[in-house]
Amino acid sequence: MKNRLKVLRAERDWTQADLAQALEVSRQTVNAIENGKYDPSLPLAFKISRLFGMPIEEIFEDGEGS
Amino acid sequence: MENKNINAGNWTSRTNKTVHHLAIWTGGWVLTMALATFGPQFLWVDNQFLTITAIVLNLAIGLGMILANIRHLKVLDEMMQKIQLEAMGLALGLGVVGGLSYSLLDVTNIISSDAEISYLVILIALTYITAVFINHKRYQ
Repeated sequence: MKNRLKVLRAERDWTQADLAQALEVSRQTVNAIENGKYDPSLPLAFKISRLFGMPIEEIFEDGEGS
Repeated sequence: MENKNINAGNWTSRTNKTVHHLAIWTGGWVLTMALATFGPQFLWVDNQFLTITAIVLNLAIGLGMILANIRHLKVLDEMMQKIQLEAMGLALGLGVVGGLSYSLLDVTNIISSDAEISYLVILIALTYITAVFINHKRYQ
């Protein structure tokens, strides 16, 4: 699943470690999500959505849609 | 950074704490295993009470280590839990299948030596370590 996590993080000048700490996950998990290697669970996706103040669909893109 | 969760720092310290506890329990288990193994040979001879005490102590600390591991796994994030689950599932599966095949080799006298449980433990440990390593690489 594609996502805009890396861009959103860069816009806020956050490091992967900063984001990981805010989401209460490891830095490796943030890296895996950014690179599309791991799809977060719905609760984590909602947490990311709340953190960035954006709807989930503006952060994550359904690869199988459209 | 103003939007960040104010409890964020707790997760890291909680994780570090469970790793620390797990290391202490594991160290204790290894030490009591060594005590129960070598004690009857080098520290006390023909003292069954001390031998049984050392084995019971080893078992008790082993149970503590298992609980510490469960607490550690619960604190891990979802991807790390997935990595651990896959590695443990593979290690358990290979341990059961490989262990029973190894036992069959012994029972049917295909191999001349007796089946040793230590080989099974080594197989499980190496499978687990390799699986964790490969899974970490896979998600990089």
